[in-house]
Amino acid sequence: MKPLALIGRTVMAALATIGRIALFGVEAISHMLRPPFYGREFLSALLNIGWLSLPVVGLTAVFTGGALALQIYAGGSRFNAEAVVPQIVAVGMVRELGPVLVGLMIAARVTSSIAAEIATMKVTEQIDALVTLSTHPMKYLTVPRVLAAVLVVPLLVGVGDIIGVFGGYAVATGTLGFNPAGYIRNTVNFLEPLDIISSLTKGAVFGFAAALMGCFHGMNSGRGAMGVGRATKSAVEGAAILILAANFVLTGVFFTL
Amino acid sequence: MIEMKGIQKSFGSNHVLRGLNLSIPKGTSMVIIGGSGTGKSIALKCILGLVKQDSGSITVDGKDAGTGDRDAFLARFGMLFQGGALFDSLPVWQNVAFRLLRGSLKRPREEAREIAIEKLRRVGLKSDVADRFPAELSGGMAKRVGLARAIAAEPEIIFFDEPTTGLDPIMSGVINELIREIVVEMGATAMTITHDMTSVRAIADNIAMLHDGVIQWTGPVSQMDTSGNPYLDQFIQGKADGPIEAVR
Repeated sequence: MKPLALIGRTVMAALATIGRIALFGVEAISHMLRPPFYGREFLSALLNIGWLSLPVVGLTAVFTGGALALQIYAGGSRFNAEAVVPQIVAVGMVRELGPVLVGLMIAARVTSSIAAEIATMKVTEQIDALVTLSTHPMKYLTVPRVLAAVLVVPLLVGVGDIIGVFGGYAVATGTLGFNPAGYIRNTVNFLEPLDIISSLTKGAVFGFAAALMGCFHGMNSGRGAMGVGRATKSAVEGAAILILAANFVLTGVFFTL
Repeated sequence: MIEMKGIQKSFGSNHVLRGLNLSIPKGTSMVIIGGSGTGKSIALKCILGLVKQDSGSITVDGKDAGTGDRDAFLARFGMLFQGGALFDSLPVWQNVAFRLLRGSLKRPREEAREIAIEKLRRVGLKSDVADRFPAELSGGMAKRVGLARAIAAEPEIIFFDEPTTGLDPIMSGVINELIREIVVEMGATAMTITHDMTSVRAIADNIAMLHDGVIQWTGPVSQMDTSGNPYLDQFIQGKADGPIEAVR
């Protein structure tokens, strides 16, 4: 009986958390539509989430694109299909690896920092101070970060896609003997508008998930250093799972339905 | 006048407040004393709506604290938090002028900065502190900045949560004097939470002793030493023996 009770409690707790996150998301969206708006906090979030994430996104994309080119070449050579490297790198990066890797990098870099920052603010009573200063924490802390992530992560995904394709191009033309002009022509001709639309849409959804999880777990952090640590860990885990689950659903929506 | 009637608050099986009754007349300084974990901070947070009481009523000047325009209600309050609760990401002057840079009390940026610097001077800090960040301040300076923020919008009611915790005796004395001066100067209603008896004597017009979730004694600070209340006597004298159980 005890193991069953334990499973039941765990499932109920997980469902309750999902429900709380959903309500938090709805509340965040409702606050986005109503003033006041905090422009400076929004610009600061744009800078932190967008501009400062470029190096990690760029490095992740370039190495992934390069590795993908090598894998496809090695795998394709088993059935004389080495020539498809440009097409598969382009589709792989734009449809799948670009958005997912950027999303996961954002979860690692941005979700963790949002969760730790807000959790520390909670532990040190800064969130209570915001309330006493007639400032709604949801409007001041959550809305700027979530909105900035929704707008800027698709741009990061776009940049990641381009750099990833360039990584493949560099490896293919530098070491695998591909013709540079042919590689670019094959890449451009093979990609369809839907590939790019799906990539950017995934970026927006992943940005929303990443920022929302950071804010939710930060706002609901426990006390002390351990509370901040747990909030950060839960936020990154939650964001990563949500991004991968959303990727599965969106891939189904865009390419199989 | 702040009036709390029958306030009850529990966290799970921990009944923190068990029917707290307290009145704070307008323009007076009330200090709530009591041991750690007796619910002093919770009582204060209930007034501000940071914590919702399970039952009981709180009125400020006869109006229910939980209803009406929340922004207008909060604009009447200033609060000094125990650890300062300064916003790390903002320079000192923006912390002090936080309320003046946004919302219904918004002023032009230059004017808000000038007011912030004036308030910093009022609490004994020079204008060069204005552009520093909270992480660059000592504990005493952070308390002063917190105090400047609490008074920046000239509130009618000011709350002080453990204003001298973590400070040396000299700095504690300075903060106590500042609080007393500012409260008298502004004619504000003040509510302070502390277990520092030096603060009590320096700041209070009236005191209330909180234990077991209820006010055990309340009265003028001048009668504190002759109250005859066993809880208050034990607390003031710092004795291990008495009605307040001391865990060794």
